[in-house]
Amino acid sequence: MELTQQTAAKIASAVRNGETTAEAVATAHFARIEKLDGTVKAFLNATKDAALARARDIDARRKKGEKLGALAGVPVALKDNIQLKGVETTCASKILKGHIAAYDATVVERLKNADAIFVGKTNLDEFAMGSSTENSAFQKTTNPWDAACVPGGSSGGSAAAAAAGMCSFSLGSDTGGSIRQPAAFCGVVGLKPTYGLVSRYGLVAFASSLDQIGPFTRTVSDAELALSVIGGHDPKDTTSAPNEPAPISAAPKDLKGLRIGLPKEYFIEGLDPEVEKSVRDAVAVLKSLGAEIKEVSLPHTKYAIATYYIIAPSEASSNLARFDGIRYGFMDRAATNLQEVYEMTRGAGFGSEVKRRIMLGTYALSSGYYDAYYSKAQRVRTLMANDFKEVFKQVDLIAAPTTPTPPFRFGEKTNDPIAMYLSDIFTIPSNMAGNASVSIPCGFSKKGMPIGLQLIADVFQEKKMLSTAKAYETLKPFALLKG
Amino acid sequence: MSVSDADVKKIAKLARLRLSDAEVALYGGQLTKILDSMAELAKADTANVPPTTSVLGAVNVMREDEPKPFEDIEALLAHAPDRDGPYFKVKKVIE
Repeated sequence: MELTQQTAAKIASAVRNGETTAEAVATAHFARIEKLDGTVKAFLNATKDAALARARDIDARRKKGEKLGALAGVPVALKDNIQLKGVETTCASKILKGHIAAYDATVVERLKNADAIFVGKTNLDEFAMGSSTENSAFQKTTNPWDAACVPGGSSGGSAAAAAAGMCSFSLGSDTGGSIRQPAAFCGVVGLKPTYGLVSRYGLVAFASSLDQIGPFTRTVSDAELALSVIGGHDPKDTTSAPNEPAPISAAPKDLKGLRIGLPKEYFIEGLDPEVEKSVRDAVAVLKSLGAEIKEVSLPHTKYAIATYYIIAPSEASSNLARFDGIRYGFMDRAATNLQEVYEMTRGAGFGSEVKRRIMLGTYALSSGYYDAYYSKAQRVRTLMANDFKEVFKQVDLIAAPTTPTPPFRFGEKTNDPIAMYLSDIFTIPSNMAGNASVSIPCGFSKKGMPIGLQLIADVFQEKKMLSTAKAYETLKPFALLKG
Repeated sequence: MSVSDADVKKIAKLARLRLSDAEVALYGGQLTKILDSMAELAKADTANVPPTTSVLGAVNVMREDEPKPFEDIEALLAHAPDRDGPYFKVKKVIE
Protein backbone atom coordinates (compact mmCIF):
# COMPACT_ATOMS: atom_id res chain seq x y z
CA MET A 1 0.00 0.00 0.00
CA GLU A 2 1.16 3.54 -0.75
CA LEU A 3 1.60 4.73 2.82
CA THR A 4 1.55 8.46 2.12
CA GLN A 5 -1.91 8.22 0.49
CA GLN A 6 -3.51 6.16 3.25
CA THR A 7 -5.92 7.40 5.85
CA ALA A 8 -4.76 7.73 9.44
CA ALA A 9 -7.29 5.07 10.42
CA LYS A 10 -5.84 2.59 7.92
CA ILE A 11 -2.24 3.28 8.96
CA ALA A 12 -3.04 2.83 12.64
CA SER A 13 -4.76 -0.48 12.04
CA ALA A 14 -1.95 -1.68 9.73
CA VAL A 15 0.66 -0.82 12.37
CA ARG A 16 -1.38 -2.44 15.14
CA ASN A 17 -1.89 -5.72 13.25
CA GLY A 18 1.66 -5.88 11.91
CA GLU A 19 0.85 -5.33 8.22
CA THR A 20 3.45 -2.57 8.29
CA THR A 21 5.68 -0.92 10.88
CA ALA A 22 5.67 2.57 12.33
CA GLU A 23 9.23 2.92 11.08
CA ALA A 24 8.23 2.08 7.49
CA VAL A 25 5.39 4.60 7.72
CA ALA A 26 7.68 7.32 9.06
CA THR A 27 10.38 6.57 6.47
CA ALA A 28 7.85 6.80 3.61
CA HIS A 29 6.62 10.18 4.85
CA PHE A 30 10.12 11.62 5.23
CA ALA A 31 10.92 10.44 1.70
CA ARG A 32 7.84 12.37 0.59
CA ILE A 33 8.97 15.44 2.55
CA GLU A 34 12.44 15.23 1.00
CA LYS A 35 10.90 14.94 -2.47
CA LEU A 36 8.32 17.73 -2.21
CA ASP A 37 9.13 20.13 0.59
CA GLY A 38 11.89 21.91 -1.29
CA THR A 39 9.04 23.40 -3.35
CA VAL A 40 6.10 23.34 -0.95
CA LYS A 41 8.10 24.58 2.08
CA ALA A 42 5.39 23.46 4.48
CA PHE A 43 7.82 22.63 7.30
CA LEU A 44 9.81 25.05 9.41
CA ASN A 45 11.38 22.07 11.13
CA ALA A 46 11.07 18.41 10.06
CA THR A 47 11.99 16.30 13.09
CA LYS A 48 13.17 13.15 11.33
CA ASP A 49 15.52 11.66 13.93
CA ALA A 50 13.06 12.06 16.81
CA ALA A 51 10.21 10.71 14.67
CA LEU A 52 12.15 7.62 13.59
CA ALA A 53 13.27 6.94 17.18
CA ARG A 54 9.69 7.21 18.37
CA ALA A 55 8.49 4.96 15.51
CA ARG A 56 11.05 2.28 16.40
CA ASP A 57 9.96 2.47 20.03
CA ILE A 58 6.31 1.95 19.00
CA ASP A 59 7.33 -1.05 16.88
CA ALA A 60 9.33 -2.49 19.82
CA ARG A 61 6.34 -2.11 22.13
CA ARG A 62 4.15 -3.95 19.65
CA LYS A 63 6.67 -6.79 19.46
CA LYS A 64 6.52 -7.09 23.23
CA GLY A 65 2.78 -7.59 22.89
CA GLU A 66 1.70 -4.16 24.12
CA LYS A 67 -1.62 -2.88 22.88
CA LEU A 68 -1.04 0.24 20.77
CA GLY A 69 -3.19 3.39 20.70
CA ALA A 70 -5.79 4.72 18.28
CA LEU A 71 -3.13 6.51 16.19
CA ALA A 72 -0.41 3.85 16.30
CA GLY A 73 2.42 5.05 14.07
CA VAL A 74 0.33 7.80 12.44
CA PRO A 75 2.58 10.66 11.28
CA VAL A 76 1.22 14.03 12.41
CA ALA A 77 2.46 17.55 11.63
CA LEU A 78 1.90 20.41 14.07
CA LYS A 79 1.42 24.08 13.31
CA ASP A 80 4.38 25.86 14.86
CA ASN A 81 2.28 27.62 17.48
CA ILE A 82 1.58 24.31 19.28
CA GLN A 83 4.10 23.21 21.90
CA LEU A 84 6.00 19.94 21.39
CA LYS A 85 8.39 19.50 24.30
CA GLY A 86 12.07 19.73 23.40
CA VAL A 87 11.40 21.15 19.93
CA GLU A 88 11.51 24.80 18.83
CA THR A 89 8.19 26.72 18.83
CA THR A 90 8.63 29.89 16.75
CA CYS A 91 5.11 30.96 15.69
CA ALA A 92 7.03 31.86 12.47
CA SER A 93 8.31 34.94 14.32
CA LYS A 94 11.82 36.26 14.80
CA ILE A 95 10.88 37.11 18.38
CA LEU A 96 10.58 33.40 19.28
CA LYS A 97 13.46 32.07 17.17
CA GLY A 98 15.34 29.51 19.25
CA HIS A 99 12.51 29.05 21.77
CA ILE A 100 12.51 25.39 22.84
CA ALA A 101 9.17 24.20 24.23
CA ALA A 102 9.45 23.27 27.90
CA TYR A 103 6.20 21.27 27.92
CA ASP A 104 3.71 19.54 25.64
CA ALA A 105 0.40 21.08 24.64
CA THR A 106 -2.53 18.98 25.86
CA VAL A 107 -3.33 18.01 22.25
CA VAL A 108 0.26 16.79 21.86
CA GLU A 109 0.10 14.83 25.11
CA ARG A 110 -3.09 13.15 23.87
CA LEU A 111 -1.55 12.37 20.47
CA LYS A 112 1.45 10.85 22.26
CA ASN A 113 -0.83 8.72 24.42
CA ALA A 114 -2.49 7.49 21.21
CA ASP A 115 0.97 6.52 19.83
CA ALA A 116 1.08 9.09 17.01
CA ILE A 117 4.47 10.27 15.78
CA PHE A 118 5.45 13.87 15.00
CA VAL A 119 7.01 14.62 11.62
CA GLY A 120 7.61 18.29 12.34
CA LYS A 121 6.42 21.84 12.86
CA THR A 122 4.69 23.67 10.01
CA ASN A 123 4.82 27.20 8.70
CA LEU A 124 2.17 29.81 9.49
CA ASP A 125 1.49 33.50 9.24
CA GLU A 126 3.44 35.03 12.12
CA PHE A 127 1.48 34.38 15.35
CA ALA A 128 -1.35 33.02 13.14
CA MET A 129 -2.15 36.49 11.81
CA GLY A 130 -2.90 36.29 8.12
CA SER A 131 -4.76 34.47 5.37
CA SER A 132 -1.94 33.37 3.03
CA THR A 133 1.04 32.29 5.20
CA GLU A 134 2.97 35.11 3.46
CA ASN A 135 3.40 36.76 6.88
CA SER A 136 5.83 34.07 8.06
CA ALA A 137 9.16 35.63 9.04
CA PHE A 138 11.02 32.62 7.62
CA GLN A 139 9.62 31.25 4.35
CA LYS A 140 6.75 31.22 1.89
CA THR A 141 4.75 28.00 1.72
CA THR A 142 3.37 27.25 -1.74
CA ASN A 143 0.08 25.63 -2.63
CA PRO A 144 0.80 21.96 -3.49
CA TRP A 145 -1.70 22.17 -6.40
CA ASP A 146 0.09 25.16 -7.99
CA ALA A 147 3.27 26.68 -6.59
CA ALA A 148 2.31 30.13 -7.95
CA CYS A 149 -0.61 30.27 -5.50
CA VAL A 150 -0.72 30.70 -1.75
CA PRO A 151 -1.82 27.78 0.45
CA GLY A 152 -4.11 30.09 2.46
CA GLY A 153 -3.52 30.87 6.07
CA SER A 154 -2.77 31.18 8.72
CA SER A 155 -2.28 27.38 9.02
CA GLY A 156 -0.91 27.18 5.45
CA GLY A 157 1.95 24.82 6.29
CA SER A 158 -0.31 22.29 8.01
CA ALA A 159 -2.85 22.41 5.15
CA ALA A 160 -0.14 21.96 2.49
CA ALA A 161 1.56 19.13 4.42
CA ALA A 162 -1.70 17.16 4.70
CA ALA A 163 -2.61 17.81 1.05
CA ALA A 164 0.82 16.74 -0.23
CA GLY A 165 0.90 13.51 1.81
CA MET A 166 3.80 14.65 3.97
CA CYS A 167 1.81 13.55 7.05
CA SER A 168 -1.38 11.53 7.63
CA PHE A 169 -2.96 14.56 9.21
CA SER A 170 -1.92 17.82 10.78
CA LEU A 171 -3.14 20.22 13.40
CA GLY A 172 -3.78 23.92 12.96
CA SER A 173 -5.53 26.68 14.85
CA ASP A 174 -8.55 28.67 13.71
CA THR A 175 -9.26 32.16 15.05
CA GLY A 176 -11.15 33.61 12.07
CA GLY A 177 -10.85 30.83 9.49
CA SER A 178 -7.20 29.79 9.78
CA ILE A 179 -8.05 26.08 9.46
CA ARG A 180 -11.02 26.17 7.07
CA GLN A 181 -9.66 28.71 4.57
CA PRO A 182 -6.30 26.94 3.92
CA ALA A 183 -8.14 23.58 3.90
CA ALA A 184 -10.34 24.94 1.10
CA PHE A 185 -7.31 26.30 -0.77
CA CYS A 186 -5.35 23.03 -0.46
CA GLY A 187 -8.21 20.60 -1.13
CA VAL A 188 -8.36 18.88 2.26
CA VAL A 189 -10.81 18.60 5.15
CA GLY A 190 -10.34 21.33 7.77
CA LEU A 191 -12.31 21.09 11.00
CA LYS A 192 -12.86 23.92 13.46
CA PRO A 193 -14.46 22.26 16.45
CA THR A 194 -16.88 24.06 18.77
CA TYR A 195 -15.14 26.64 20.97
CA GLY A 196 -14.01 24.84 24.12
CA LEU A 197 -14.17 21.27 22.74
CA VAL A 198 -10.37 21.09 22.26
CA SER A 199 -7.96 22.31 24.94
CA ARG A 200 -5.73 25.27 24.03
CA TYR A 201 -3.19 24.52 26.78
CA GLY A 202 0.14 24.80 24.97
CA LEU A 203 -1.23 26.74 21.99
CA VAL A 204 0.41 30.17 21.81
CA ALA A 205 -2.57 32.48 22.34
CA PHE A 206 -3.65 34.93 19.63
CA ALA A 207 -7.29 35.90 20.41
CA SER A 208 -8.41 33.77 23.32
CA SER A 209 -12.17 34.20 22.89
CA LEU A 210 -11.89 32.87 19.31
CA ASP A 211 -8.90 30.48 19.06
CA GLN A 212 -9.59 26.79 18.53
CA ILE A 213 -7.32 23.88 17.55
CA GLY A 214 -8.47 21.41 14.89
CA PRO A 215 -7.24 18.88 12.32
CA PHE A 216 -6.49 18.88 8.58
CA THR A 217 -7.24 15.47 7.07
CA ARG A 218 -7.81 13.88 3.66
CA THR A 219 -11.08 12.18 4.71
CA VAL A 220 -13.95 13.14 6.99
CA SER A 221 -13.51 9.96 9.06
CA ASP A 222 -9.94 10.94 9.83
CA ALA A 223 -11.16 14.33 11.09
CA GLU A 224 -13.51 12.48 13.44
CA LEU A 225 -10.67 10.17 14.51
CA ALA A 226 -8.32 13.09 15.19
CA LEU A 227 -11.00 14.97 17.11
CA SER A 228 -11.82 11.88 19.20
CA VAL A 229 -8.17 11.84 20.34
CA ILE A 230 -7.49 15.56 20.87
CA GLY A 231 -10.95 16.65 22.09
CA GLY A 232 -12.55 16.59 25.51
CA HIS A 233 -12.29 18.41 28.79
CA ASP A 234 -8.90 19.56 30.08
CA PRO A 235 -8.57 21.10 33.56
CA LYS A 236 -5.44 22.95 32.35
CA ASP A 237 -7.59 25.15 30.05
CA THR A 238 -10.17 27.06 32.07
CA THR A 239 -12.22 27.73 28.91
CA SER A 240 -12.39 24.00 28.16
CA ALA A 241 -15.97 22.70 27.94
CA PRO A 242 -17.17 19.63 29.89
CA ASN A 243 -18.26 17.98 26.60
CA GLU A 244 -16.52 14.99 25.04
CA PRO A 245 -16.27 14.51 21.25
CA ALA A 246 -18.77 12.09 19.71
CA PRO A 247 -17.58 8.61 18.77
CA ILE A 248 -16.76 7.86 15.11
CA SER A 249 -19.92 7.08 13.17
CA ALA A 250 -20.74 5.30 9.93
CA ALA A 251 -21.71 7.38 6.89
CA PRO A 252 -25.51 7.73 6.78
CA LYS A 253 -27.24 6.08 3.80
CA ASP A 254 -29.26 9.21 3.11
CA LEU A 255 -30.01 12.62 4.58
CA LYS A 256 -33.80 12.32 4.81
CA GLY A 257 -35.21 14.62 7.46
CA LEU A 258 -32.10 16.84 7.55
CA ARG A 259 -32.74 20.56 7.01
CA ILE A 260 -29.89 22.57 5.48
CA GLY A 261 -29.93 26.35 5.29
CA LEU A 262 -28.23 28.49 2.66
CA PRO A 263 -27.60 31.94 4.16
CA LYS A 264 -28.49 34.53 1.55
CA GLU A 265 -25.78 36.85 2.91
CA TYR A 266 -23.12 34.31 1.84
CA PHE A 267 -24.21 34.19 -1.80
CA ILE A 268 -23.53 37.78 -2.64
CA GLU A 269 -21.90 39.95 -5.27
CA GLY A 270 -18.16 39.41 -5.08
CA LEU A 271 -18.54 35.65 -4.63
CA ASP A 272 -16.47 34.11 -7.41
CA PRO A 273 -18.80 32.42 -9.96
CA GLU A 274 -16.72 29.22 -10.03
CA VAL A 275 -16.87 28.98 -6.23
CA GLU A 276 -20.61 29.61 -6.28
CA LYS A 277 -21.19 26.92 -8.91
CA SER A 278 -19.14 24.29 -7.05
CA VAL A 279 -20.90 25.04 -3.77
CA ARG A 280 -24.37 24.99 -5.36
CA ASP A 281 -23.50 21.68 -7.10
CA ALA A 282 -22.44 20.26 -3.73
CA VAL A 283 -25.71 21.43 -2.17
CA ALA A 284 -27.56 19.67 -5.02
CA VAL A 285 -25.74 16.45 -4.04
CA LEU A 286 -26.92 16.88 -0.43
CA LYS A 287 -30.46 17.47 -1.74
CA SER A 288 -30.26 14.33 -3.89
CA LEU A 289 -29.54 12.44 -0.65
CA GLY A 290 -32.84 13.65 0.77
CA ALA A 291 -31.86 16.81 2.64
CA GLU A 292 -34.35 19.66 2.62
CA ILE A 293 -32.68 22.87 1.38
CA LYS A 294 -34.01 26.28 2.36
CA GLU A 295 -32.80 29.85 2.29
CA VAL A 296 -32.00 31.39 5.67
CA SER A 297 -30.73 34.78 6.78
CA LEU A 298 -27.83 35.83 9.01
CA PRO A 299 -28.49 39.56 8.79
CA HIS A 300 -25.45 40.76 10.75
CA THR A 301 -22.92 38.99 8.51
CA LYS A 302 -22.03 42.34 6.94
CA TYR A 303 -20.45 43.40 10.24
CA ALA A 304 -18.27 40.29 10.56
CA ILE A 305 -14.99 41.72 9.26
CA ALA A 306 -15.17 44.97 11.22
CA THR A 307 -16.18 43.16 14.40
CA TYR A 308 -13.43 40.59 14.03
CA TYR A 309 -10.71 43.13 13.27
CA ILE A 310 -11.53 44.95 16.48
CA ILE A 311 -11.93 41.96 18.81
CA ALA A 312 -9.06 39.78 17.55
CA PRO A 313 -6.39 42.53 17.49
CA SER A 314 -7.56 43.81 20.89
CA GLU A 315 -7.09 40.38 22.43
CA ALA A 316 -3.82 39.95 20.52
CA SER A 317 -2.42 43.24 21.80
CA SER A 318 -2.93 41.91 25.31
CA ASN A 319 -1.79 38.31 24.65
CA LEU A 320 1.38 39.39 22.86
CA ALA A 321 2.40 41.74 25.68
CA ARG A 322 4.31 38.78 27.15
CA PHE A 323 6.91 38.93 24.37
CA ASP A 324 9.03 41.60 25.97
CA GLY A 325 12.62 40.39 25.66
CA ILE A 326 12.80 39.30 29.30
CA ARG A 327 11.51 35.74 29.40
CA TYR A 328 11.61 34.42 25.83
CA GLY A 329 13.61 34.28 22.66
CA PHE A 330 14.93 37.46 21.12
CA MET A 331 16.15 40.57 22.98
CA ASP A 332 17.59 43.66 21.31
CA ARG A 333 20.96 44.04 23.05
CA ALA A 334 21.44 47.63 21.91
CA ALA A 335 18.83 48.72 24.48
CA THR A 336 20.21 50.75 27.39
CA ASN A 337 17.22 50.72 29.78
CA LEU A 338 14.16 48.58 30.50
CA GLN A 339 11.73 50.68 28.45
CA GLU A 340 14.09 50.40 25.48
CA VAL A 341 14.40 46.63 25.98
CA TYR A 342 10.65 46.34 25.54
CA GLU A 343 10.29 48.77 22.66
CA MET A 344 13.35 47.79 20.65
CA THR A 345 12.89 44.04 21.15
CA ARG A 346 9.25 44.21 20.03
CA GLY A 347 9.93 46.72 17.25
CA ALA A 348 12.63 44.51 15.73
CA GLY A 349 11.18 41.11 16.72
CA PHE A 350 7.64 41.39 15.36
CA GLY A 351 6.82 41.51 11.66
CA SER A 352 4.68 44.06 9.88
CA GLU A 353 1.23 42.44 10.20
CA VAL A 354 1.73 41.61 13.88
CA LYS A 355 2.73 45.20 14.62
CA ARG A 356 -0.25 46.47 12.61
CA ARG A 357 -2.64 44.33 14.66
CA ILE A 358 -1.04 45.21 17.99
CA MET A 359 -1.41 48.89 17.03
CA LEU A 360 -5.03 48.39 15.97
CA GLY A 361 -5.89 46.51 19.16
CA THR A 362 -4.10 49.00 21.39
CA TYR A 363 -5.99 51.82 19.67
CA ALA A 364 -9.37 50.06 20.08
CA LEU A 365 -8.73 49.48 23.79
CA SER A 366 -7.23 52.89 24.54
CA SER A 367 -8.91 55.46 26.72
CA GLY A 368 -11.64 57.34 24.86
CA TYR A 369 -12.06 54.71 22.11
CA TYR A 370 -13.03 51.62 24.11
CA ASP A 371 -16.79 52.17 23.91
CA ALA A 372 -16.80 53.10 20.23
CA TYR A 373 -14.72 50.11 19.17
CA TYR A 374 -14.22 47.21 21.57
CA SER A 375 -17.46 47.43 23.52
CA LYS A 376 -19.44 48.09 20.33
CA ALA A 377 -17.83 45.11 18.60
CA GLN A 378 -18.63 42.78 21.50
CA ARG A 379 -22.28 43.90 21.30
CA VAL A 380 -22.41 43.31 17.55
CA ARG A 381 -20.84 39.93 18.22
CA THR A 382 -23.86 39.09 20.40
CA LEU A 383 -26.12 40.01 17.46
CA MET A 384 -24.12 37.71 15.17
CA ALA A 385 -24.39 34.83 17.66
CA ASN A 386 -28.15 35.49 17.97
CA ASP A 387 -28.44 35.25 14.16
CA PHE A 388 -27.11 31.69 14.36
CA LYS A 389 -29.41 30.80 17.29
CA GLU A 390 -32.42 31.89 15.22
CA VAL A 391 -31.29 30.01 12.12
CA PHE A 392 -30.60 26.80 14.07
CA LYS A 393 -34.26 26.85 15.16
CA GLN A 394 -35.14 26.53 11.45
CA VAL A 395 -32.43 24.21 10.11
CA ASP A 396 -29.98 21.55 11.34
CA LEU A 397 -26.96 22.77 9.39
CA ILE A 398 -25.78 25.67 7.27
CA ALA A 399 -24.03 25.13 3.93
CA ALA A 400 -21.94 27.93 2.42
CA PRO A 401 -18.74 28.66 0.55
CA THR A 402 -15.63 28.52 2.75
CA THR A 403 -13.93 31.36 0.85
CA PRO A 404 -15.16 34.01 -1.60
CA THR A 405 -12.51 33.10 -4.22
CA PRO A 406 -10.29 30.18 -5.28
CA PRO A 407 -6.64 30.34 -4.08
CA PHE A 408 -4.97 33.62 -5.02
CA ARG A 409 -1.41 34.25 -6.18
CA PHE A 410 1.57 35.41 -4.14
CA GLY A 411 1.69 39.14 -3.57
CA GLU A 412 -1.85 39.67 -4.84
CA LYS A 413 -3.15 41.02 -1.52
CA THR A 414 -0.06 41.76 0.57
CA ASN A 415 -0.15 45.52 0.02
CA ASP A 416 -3.82 45.91 0.91
CA PRO A 417 -4.65 44.66 4.43
CA ILE A 418 -8.39 45.14 3.91
CA ALA A 419 -8.44 42.99 0.74
CA MET A 420 -6.55 40.27 2.64
CA TYR A 421 -8.97 40.54 5.59
CA LEU A 422 -11.94 39.96 3.24
CA SER A 423 -10.68 36.39 2.56
CA ASP A 424 -12.13 35.46 5.95
CA ILE A 425 -15.62 36.90 5.47
CA PHE A 426 -17.42 33.51 5.44
CA THR A 427 -15.37 31.86 8.18
CA ILE A 428 -15.25 34.59 10.85
CA PRO A 429 -18.94 34.36 11.89
CA SER A 430 -18.50 30.79 13.26
CA ASN A 431 -15.64 31.94 15.48
CA MET A 432 -17.78 34.82 16.72
CA ALA A 433 -20.55 32.43 17.76
CA GLY A 434 -18.28 29.53 18.78
CA ASN A 435 -20.02 27.15 16.32
CA ALA A 436 -18.63 23.94 14.90
CA SER A 437 -17.70 24.22 11.24
CA VAL A 438 -15.80 22.28 8.63
CA SER A 439 -14.52 22.86 5.11
CA ILE A 440 -14.58 19.89 2.73
CA PRO A 441 -13.37 19.76 -0.88
CA CYS A 442 -16.22 20.26 -3.37
CA GLY A 443 -14.49 20.60 -6.73
CA PHE A 444 -11.93 22.58 -8.67
CA SER A 445 -11.73 25.83 -10.57
CA LYS A 446 -11.02 25.77 -14.32
CA LYS A 447 -7.37 26.37 -13.44
CA GLY A 448 -7.41 23.21 -11.35
CA MET A 449 -7.41 24.84 -7.93
CA PRO A 450 -9.45 23.35 -5.06
CA ILE A 451 -12.72 24.86 -3.81
CA GLY A 452 -14.22 24.28 -0.36
CA LEU A 453 -17.77 23.74 0.89
CA GLN A 454 -18.32 24.93 4.44
CA LEU A 455 -20.80 23.18 6.74
CA ILE A 456 -21.68 25.02 9.93
CA ALA A 457 -23.44 23.47 12.92
CA ASP A 458 -24.66 24.73 16.25
CA VAL A 459 -22.27 24.34 19.18
CA PHE A 460 -21.32 20.72 19.97
CA GLN A 461 -23.21 19.38 16.92
CA GLU A 462 -20.05 17.99 15.29
CA LYS A 463 -21.62 14.56 14.85
CA LYS A 464 -24.50 15.83 12.71
CA MET A 465 -22.12 18.04 10.69
CA LEU A 466 -19.48 15.39 10.06
CA SER A 467 -21.92 12.61 9.24
CA THR A 468 -23.46 14.89 6.60
CA ALA A 469 -19.97 15.60 5.25
CA LYS A 470 -19.38 11.83 5.09
CA ALA A 471 -22.58 11.27 3.16
CA TYR A 472 -21.32 13.80 0.60
CA GLU A 473 -17.85 12.24 0.52
CA THR A 474 -19.32 8.79 -0.11
CA LEU A 475 -20.83 10.07 -3.37
CA LYS A 476 -18.02 12.50 -4.24
CA PRO A 477 -14.72 11.13 -2.87
CA PHE A 478 -12.07 13.83 -2.43
CA ALA A 479 -9.31 13.96 -5.05
CA LEU A 480 -5.79 13.25 -3.79
CA LEU A 481 -2.85 15.19 -5.09
CA LYS A 482 -0.99 13.23 -7.79
CA GLY A 483 2.78 13.00 -8.07
CA MET B 1 -11.23 59.46 10.97
CA SER B 2 -7.59 60.26 10.26
CA VAL B 3 -4.85 58.75 12.39
CA SER B 4 -2.01 61.27 12.60
CA ASP B 5 1.68 60.59 13.08
CA ALA B 6 1.31 61.82 16.66
CA ASP B 7 -1.54 59.34 17.24
CA VAL B 8 0.54 56.49 15.82
CA LYS B 9 3.48 57.41 18.05
CA LYS B 10 1.24 57.58 21.11
CA ILE B 11 -0.28 54.14 20.39
CA ALA B 12 3.16 52.69 19.66
CA LYS B 13 4.34 53.97 23.04
CA LEU B 14 1.37 52.34 24.79
CA ALA B 15 2.06 49.10 22.89
CA ARG B 16 5.82 49.24 23.64
CA LEU B 17 6.74 49.15 19.95
CA ARG B 18 9.68 51.10 18.52
CA LEU B 19 8.65 52.14 15.00
CA SER B 20 10.75 53.68 12.25
CA ASP B 21 9.54 56.91 10.59
CA ALA B 22 8.56 54.89 7.53
CA GLU B 23 6.46 52.58 9.71
CA VAL B 24 4.78 55.53 11.43
CA ALA B 25 3.72 56.89 8.04
CA LEU B 26 2.64 53.46 6.75
CA TYR B 27 0.59 52.53 9.82
CA GLY B 28 -1.01 55.98 10.03
CA GLY B 29 -2.43 55.56 6.52
CA GLN B 30 -3.40 51.93 6.98
CA LEU B 31 -5.02 52.42 10.38
CA THR B 32 -7.02 55.33 8.97
CA LYS B 33 -8.34 53.10 6.18
CA ILE B 34 -9.03 50.16 8.48
CA LEU B 35 -10.84 52.32 11.05
CA ASP B 36 -12.86 53.99 8.27
CA SER B 37 -13.99 50.56 7.11
CA MET B 38 -15.18 49.89 10.65
CA ALA B 39 -17.37 52.97 10.79
CA GLU B 40 -20.26 50.87 9.46
CA LEU B 41 -20.49 49.22 12.88
CA ALA B 42 -22.17 52.39 14.13
CA LYS B 43 -25.16 51.41 11.95
CA ALA B 44 -25.78 48.24 13.97
CA ASP B 45 -28.46 48.87 16.57
CA THR B 46 -26.97 47.61 19.83
CA ALA B 47 -29.27 49.40 22.26
CA ASN B 48 -30.15 46.86 24.97
CA VAL B 49 -27.74 44.29 23.48
CA PRO B 50 -25.25 42.96 26.04
CA PRO B 51 -21.61 42.52 24.98
CA THR B 52 -20.45 38.94 24.48
CA THR B 53 -18.25 37.87 27.35
CA SER B 54 -18.22 34.12 26.62
CA VAL B 55 -19.68 32.23 23.68
CA LEU B 56 -20.51 29.25 25.90
CA GLY B 57 -21.90 31.24 28.82
CA ALA B 58 -19.07 29.90 30.95
CA VAL B 59 -18.88 30.78 34.62
CA ASN B 60 -15.84 31.11 36.85
CA VAL B 61 -13.81 27.93 37.07
CA MET B 62 -12.75 27.31 40.65
CA ARG B 63 -10.20 24.94 42.10
CA GLU B 64 -8.21 24.55 45.29
CA ASP B 65 -5.34 27.03 45.42
CA GLU B 66 -2.59 24.46 45.76
CA PRO B 67 0.85 25.18 44.34
CA LYS B 68 2.25 22.47 42.07
CA PRO B 69 5.94 22.62 41.20
CA PHE B 70 6.69 22.68 37.44
CA GLU B 71 8.76 19.62 36.61
CA ASP B 72 11.40 21.38 34.53
CA ILE B 73 12.05 24.89 35.83
CA GLU B 74 15.48 24.93 34.20
CA ALA B 75 13.87 24.52 30.75
CA LEU B 76 11.77 27.66 31.40
CA LEU B 77 14.71 29.70 32.67
CA ALA B 78 16.76 28.56 29.68
CA HIS B 79 14.42 30.65 27.47
CA ALA B 80 15.59 33.89 29.03
CA PRO B 81 17.94 36.09 27.02
CA ASP B 82 19.51 37.17 30.33
CA ARG B 83 19.44 35.36 33.65
CA ASP B 84 21.24 35.25 36.95
CA GLY B 85 21.02 31.79 38.52
CA PRO B 86 17.33 30.98 39.09
CA TYR B 87 16.23 34.55 38.19
CA PHE B 88 15.28 36.43 35.02
CA LYS B 89 17.60 39.41 34.72
CA VAL B 90 16.32 42.88 33.77
CA LYS B 91 17.93 46.28 33.40
CA LYS B 92 18.14 48.37 36.55
CA VAL B 93 14.77 50.10 37.13
CA ILE B 94 15.42 52.07 40.35
CA GLU B 95 18.26 54.60 40.53
